[in-house]
Amino acid sequence: MQQSNMFDYKNYRYFKIAVVVILIALAAFLFFEPAVGHYGGSWLGYTLGTISACMVLWMTWYGIRKRRYRGTGATQGWLSAHIYLGTALTFIVTLHSGFNFGLNIHTLAYALLLIVVASGFFGNYTYMIYPRKMTENMGEDSLDGLLLRIAEADKLARKIALLMPDEINNTVLRACRETSIGLSLIDQLSGFQPNCPSAKAVQELTILGKDLAVEQRKLYRELYSIMVRRESLVRRARQDLMYRARLGIWLYLHVPFTVGLLVAMLAHIVAVFVYW
Amino acid sequence: MRNHFDVIIIGAGPSGLSAAARAAEQKLSYLLLEATEAAANTIRNYQRRKLVMAEPRGLPLRSPLPFAASLRESVLNSWESVIADYKINIRYNSKVVAITRDSESKRPEALKVELGDGSIFTADHVILAIGVQGNLRKLEIPGGDLPQVQYQLDDPEAYQNETIVVIGGGDTGVENALALTGRNQVIVLNRAEDFSNCKESNLTQLTEARQRGALDWLLETRPQSIEANTKGEFPVTLFAETPKGIERIPCHRIIARLGALPSRPLLESFGVAFPTADLAALPVLTPRYESNVPGLYIIGALAGYPLIKQGINQGYEVIEHILGNPVEAADTALLREKFASFCSDRGIEDVLDKIQRSVPLLRLLNSLQLRELILESNILLPAAGDIIFERNDYSTSFFFVIEGELEMFIDEDDIADDSFKSGEFFGEMGLLSGRRRIATVRATTQSALIETPRRVILKLINSVQAMRRTLDEVAIKRIVHACIGLSLSEDDLNDLASHAVIKQYAAGEELFHEGDDADGLYLIRRGSVTVSRMMTGREVVLFYVAAGNYVGEMSLISGEPRYATVRAAIATEAILIDVGRMQGIIARNPEVRASLDARYLQHLQEQEKRQQLETSSDSSSGFSNQSAQSSLISFLIQQGVGEATDVLLIDESLCVRCNHCEQACADTHGGATRLDRDTGPIYANIRVPTSCRHCEHPHCMKDCPPDAIHRAPHGEVYIDDSCIGCGNCQQNCPYDVIQMAVIQDQPEQSLWQMLLGIQPKQVASTNNTKVAVKCDMCKDIADGPVCVRACPVGAALRVNPEQLLGYASNNVADEHHILGFDDA
Repeated sequence: MQQSNMFDYKNYRYFKIAVVVILIALAAFLFFEPAVGHYGGSWLGYTLGTISACMVLWMTWYGIRKRRYRGTGATQGWLSAHIYLGTALTFIVTLHSGFNFGLNIHTLAYALLLIVVASGFFGNYTYMIYPRKMTENMGEDSLDGLLLRIAEADKLARKIALLMPDEINNTVLRACRETSIGLSLIDQLSGFQPNCPSAKAVQELTILGKDLAVEQRKLYRELYSIMVRRESLVRRARQDLMYRARLGIWLYLHVPFTVGLLVAMLAHIVAVFVYW
Repeated sequence: MRNHFDVIIIGAGPSGLSAAARAAEQKLSYLLLEATEAAANTIRNYQRRKLVMAEPRGLPLRSPLPFAASLRESVLNSWESVIADYKINIRYNSKVVAITRDSESKRPEALKVELGDGSIFTADHVILAIGVQGNLRKLEIPGGDLPQVQYQLDDPEAYQNETIVVIGGGDTGVENALALTGRNQVIVLNRAEDFSNCKESNLTQLTEARQRGALDWLLETRPQSIEANTKGEFPVTLFAETPKGIERIPCHRIIARLGALPSRPLLESFGVAFPTADLAALPVLTPRYESNVPGLYIIGALAGYPLIKQGINQGYEVIEHILGNPVEAADTALLREKFASFCSDRGIEDVLDKIQRSVPLLRLLNSLQLRELILESNILLPAAGDIIFERNDYSTSFFFVIEGELEMFIDEDDIADDSFKSGEFFGEMGLLSGRRRIATVRATTQSALIETPRRVILKLINSVQAMRRTLDEVAIKRIVHACIGLSLSEDDLNDLASHAVIKQYAAGEELFHEGDDADGLYLIRRGSVTVSRMMTGREVVLFYVAAGNYVGEMSLISGEPRYATVRAAIATEAILIDVGRMQGIIARNPEVRASLDARYLQHLQEQEKRQQLETSSDSSSGFSNQSAQSSLISFLIQQGVGEATDVLLIDESLCVRCNHCEQACADTHGGATRLDRDTGPIYANIRVPTSCRHCEHPHCMKDCPPDAIHRAPHGEVYIDDSCIGCGNCQQNCPYDVIQMAVIQDQPEQSLWQMLLGIQPKQVASTNNTKVAVKCDMCKDIADGPVCVRACPVGAALRVNPEQLLGYASNNVADEHHILGFDDA
């Protein structure tokens, strides 16, 4: 039994359907050239446009469907269809336009559609790449667990640092105070803090440890290992946040632009009928 | 003071109170004698807030004395108010020392009851309802009567920071000891070498408590003497004989729970006769509970009816009998209902008699046990051609054939593999293995069957040894027949079955080891095993074999030593057929030989393939696909998937952490999710999340007071509405998948609410009690588990162990390295 993902769901059922849809649209486009030429207002243009509008609405419905848990059927199938038919949609809409573009509401709707589809492609990419990396990074740990362990390490390190020379104490304090984990969206997406105080602290400690008295060595070694462990924990927590952010960020394009698309599409349809 | 009564009732327990209340209702002159200073002494001695059960549940209660399953306190309160309301004529602190017939008095037919304080009463009828707990066994050692030595534990909370020795390894002792842990230092003394007499849940809790360091125990230890200390922290010192010599245990308190003394000598002194010399035998009684001493009636636990409800009903009945009113047993109406469509023209006793005459196995039961069995069972009357159950069904009930004939089909062809006639039984394999039915059973003629739930049969075979033996014999024969010898002759089968040995293995224990001499063929009848071999210096798991199959045929055919190691994946029961007998069978039966040969060759082929993979794999890459697969199987087996029937796995390489699985579960199951996606071990990108696996023998079912946990026909283990929230199942589940939560129906979000992000209003809940909740595999939801269906990326999947091996191999095929998670 091989688990299927959203692409090869039911042996690429929706991929096949999408290909058929595109081929039919293309065949229609090539075989029936209306007397007025290819544009949205020909009978073929209206047909393709109506189909596209319905498909856009159906695509949008997926966002609702996946949150309605009481229906029947599998969400996985819906997503698979959403992806493949959404891709097919760009072909059909392009044919619908008859390659007539300009600075108008019609082309705006088209552009918005392309942005939505492109952001969706990026989403697919993140879905393929990041889950595996997240598991590699986190193993069986959870983010909350990591943050808790960091806090514990902070407490312990500060306690030991009090017994150390001021320089070391300051370095440790700075690391504990100034380290931030995914404070801003940019931080989250990049997955690191420039000049990370935790990393710097480890570097500095390496140097500072040289002039220590013999009786402080043992404590120093303990402190050092805590700080190293702490830094690796911080890095992993940032990585996890980064993956989460990257898994989610595309939706901030995909969804608002979908709303924009719906509005533009409505305007486009109204405009077409008013200025008939 | 009045000295003569119509009835004297001895013992103010449930039976005695019930009889007294009924006597009061019937305006009889009566006297209730109680040896202690309060009524219902046995229940009073239960631990505080202990749940008192009302079994058998089907049995109606008919008595002025109320009773329902509830806490000790509320049961006692309700009985106290009966004593007050009915103005029950009760005399406390009245221990009866003798019952005689006073032929010299003016009432020669009356019975004379003599009390410990010398008072004498007479009565026409005496009802003995003193139970079996009245006479607690005491420590008969020097110091056994010191004030620090007690024989019951009323309120465990009353003791703090004490060192307490609990003597007795039975359930009561263990329960007392457990209740005292946490605040006290507890030591349990057990004269046996283990706690095998305990309920399993008690044993588990005891073991855990010891691991936590909350208590300690001494085994094979007997108390020798107790001395009072005049100074020091500890008031007493217990001297105990251990296998290592005498041990001195200074302590604050000793609680001895040694059970009760048999009441036979006392009864014999009253002139009551017993059928056998066995000390535990029950007195000879008429159907109206009268003993051989005319006018002396015995009811309740003393008469062999240990359950409270039975005793209460008898208290009512015995008064009616004394009054000469016709009264039928409380369950008769229910039985009549059961038999509504079966022999309805005959009396109940008649039908029961007919059942016992046609089913030999049921003749081993006494009439009480039989009635209880029928009450809990269904009578089925299938017509010719009706199917009783089908192969792969998940039902676990057991069937007795009263009338008619049925056929069993193990394989796909339409030729019957076995048949059952009147008096036989079937369904024993599901009973033992807890797995799906291996065959279809169809009625060939109009038949009559008794369908008994698994729970009831298990209880019976645990108490009726003869029944267990008979069942085992037939079960062995059947599994031999099904596994290896559909074509075997009856003689061969009997021969095999009578010489087969049942062997039991704990999880991880070896059935046999690679390189051993072949000792025979192992038929797995319960549990499952893994087959592994040493390859290039490592142990590689080759197969997973579930109940209903056999292992060990390879060496039997080849005559060489064991080719592989077979190890129990979970607690497993196997039937061993020794090598000589098996070889004889093979020699005589070419068909058996052919089928074993075919399996042998198939195994050989697969093993060769694996061996090739193992040796040809690139050693520099560390792990090969093959070994990764083997490790993944081992990992999953370690996670208890071996005893699962259906387990949720998350493919972490697909999971986008959207949590729709948990949200969907909560939304459709009263607001509490039954799975925790984020916790659980991971191996090779497969996570076993915290979620029910629907075990073959569910641990949660073991100790459910209201019997609220069931297995649905398709295998789902679920908790029904009768859950009382006691938390036993939560404790018993080794996988932590049961939680206590308030269930509240979730209103469905409307489309507008969803678009605008408004949460629908919760209906104010009327019931805020927490109950146990766990995955029910969405058995009531069309289209199956919502966790899997709500997963947009297909990362959530449900598998059963048979599919597992397949999934494991495919998943690792595209996995080129094993991830290390120890980078912290």
